Amino acid sequence: MAVVNTGTPVAGGSVPGAVAAEPVDNPGYKEVTPLALLRRRVVGHTGLLIGGTILLVILLMAVLAPLLPLHDPYAQDLSKRLIAPVWDAKGTWEHPLGTDAFGRDYLSRIMYGAQVSLLIGFAAMAISGIIGTAMGIAAGYFGGRVDMIITLFVTTRLAMPAILIALAVVALIGSSLQIVIIVLGLLIWDRFAVVVRAATQQVRGLDYIAAAEAVGCSRWRILATEILPNIANPLIVVATLEVAHAILLEAALSFLGLGVQPPTPSWGLMISEGKGFMFFMPWVICIPGFALFALVMSINLMGDGLRDVTAPENRS
Amino acid sequence: MLRFTIRRLGLALLVAFLVSIATFSLLHLAGDPAAAMAGENATPSDIDYVRTQYGFDRPLLVQYLDWAGRAIQGNFGMSIYLKQPVSEIIWERAPVTMTLGLLSLAFALIVSIPLGVLAALRPNTLLDRMALSIAVVGQAMPSFFFALILILVLGVQLRWLPITGSDTWLHFIMPSLALGYYATPALMRLTRTGMIEVLSSDYIRTAYAKGLRPRVVLFKHALRNAVIPVVSVAAVQLGFMLGGSIVIETIFSLNGLGRLAWQSIQRSDLEVMQAVILVIASVYVVLTFLADLLNAFLDPRIRVS
Repeated sequence: MAVVNTGTPVAGGSVPGAVAAEPVDNPGYKEVTPLALLRRRVVGHTGLLIGGTILLVILLMAVLAPLLPLHDPYAQDLSKRLIAPVWDAKGTWEHPLGTDAFGRDYLSRIMYGAQVSLLIGFAAMAISGIIGTAMGIAAGYFGGRVDMIITLFVTTRLAMPAILIALAVVALIGSSLQIVIIVLGLLIWDRFAVVVRAATQQVRGLDYIAAAEAVGCSRWRILATEILPNIANPLIVVATLEVAHAILLEAALSFLGLGVQPPTPSWGLMISEGKGFMFFMPWVICIPGFALFALVMSINLMGDGLRDVTAPENRS
Repeated sequence: MLRFTIRRLGLALLVAFLVSIATFSLLHLAGDPAAAMAGENATPSDIDYVRTQYGFDRPLLVQYLDWAGRAIQGNFGMSIYLKQPVSEIIWERAPVTMTLGLLSLAFALIVSIPLGVLAALRPNTLLDRMALSIAVVGQAMPSFFFALILILVLGVQLRWLPITGSDTWLHFIMPSLALGYYATPALMRLTRTGMIEVLSSDYIRTAYAKGLRPRVVLFKHALRNAVIPVVSVAAVQLGFMLGGSIVIETIFSLNGLGRLAWQSIQRSDLEVMQAVILVIASVYVVLTFLADLLNAFLDPRIRVS
């Protein structure tokens, strides 16, 4: 982030838009605030832009679903089973993405399904983020025995096959949206813990932590107001990637019949319900599959992009 | 090296112990195991019968010690559904999952290492961008959806490969593709970063300066050092693949541990569920242990610190 500004700000003829391309020691160089620098990096990052656009579209789909004049996603109509989407010769604009085996409108189910995926992704990430961040900060800040024990926990968690455990536990408790969120949240904190621990270790040796300790700040205050804000960048990146991770796990659980239960529109469940018809009507699995793929890819692109933008020195 | 080995072995045993506790308590605290085993239409007296029959009425600690004590000797109890010793079932099914895991890993390595090397040789070119796009797409594709697409294209449209079963090696191609491609992005990025770093080091410049052929420098000097981190990640990925096999084996009806786990979950066959999770986790622990040793052997800097 270090911007060495040697030249004096030059007023007059310099065009603001031209600044981006100019090297630092150019006499026409204008002072760049960190925010402007960040904006410039964001705008210049193709992956971030593509990911952001797709994610925005899916977010809008989820938000606008109840406001648009869509068919009821739960309304079954057996006289309208498996209608082809509009790009097919037999498709109609009445059901732009066709209907499923119960005659339910696919477009409506895809849009409401976006709500389910996003809700599960963000909620599970929030739970695992709180657990993993707490563990990572404790391990990184206190070090020694605390670090050893927490690292052991993380290693143990990594050794356990997440999807298998999730399936078994959900099967024993009984599945519902809330249970899927809680089980995933309690399972996928490992990457948070690993990244936060490493980031905390980097920060904790810095002078401002020593200064805070010297003036007698309490442990809590140091952890919450000195360390946490300074590890925010890597934390946001992991959080983004974990949303995608949780969405993929939920889809797999629902696909195997142990995630979100019918008739809730979940993309994983829709693929599972459609797979019996896929040989004659491939679109019944391709539409929800593509939606899932687009959502996860957009979130991953955001995560990678945020890493490049906030910590360009780590770019590989 | 000996000290390093002993320390790592101790750690591996400790992790295996913790995994057994976690597995056991998860499955016993997540619900009433007796009620789950007795089935949905069981009367309270049925459930009580199962509870005493299987010893679920004993204190959890006693149950755990009993189970773990037998598990160490390779005795995982009886399957209530298949009426067969669990260890026997696992021995029958394990080879399929192992074959699938190794083939998937082989596929992932064959794709990712050359791509990673090519991307590193020409960073920020079209080739590099293409490799990156493959990684981005690969990471976002749900494995079960990819598996269904493979079935649709290779199995149904083109009729090149059989769709279900595990009789011939042809049956393993699609499952290995579906399971293996997920590991390629991570391995490819790692190879690329490693190669870029190594290629800019002094000894590579020296090797070029003393007139060695580029091919020798590339493969003998650079690649050998660049793939060291790939070794440990490959072991970890193999462990993940064993866990992920539950989805792929279910789709392709491969009779391995993953499908066994899924069937046992459906049948509330607790003993088998516990055993499969423990076995897969233990294999992961052993794999990471071996990878650590191999890493330390290949790179002396690791065992010193």
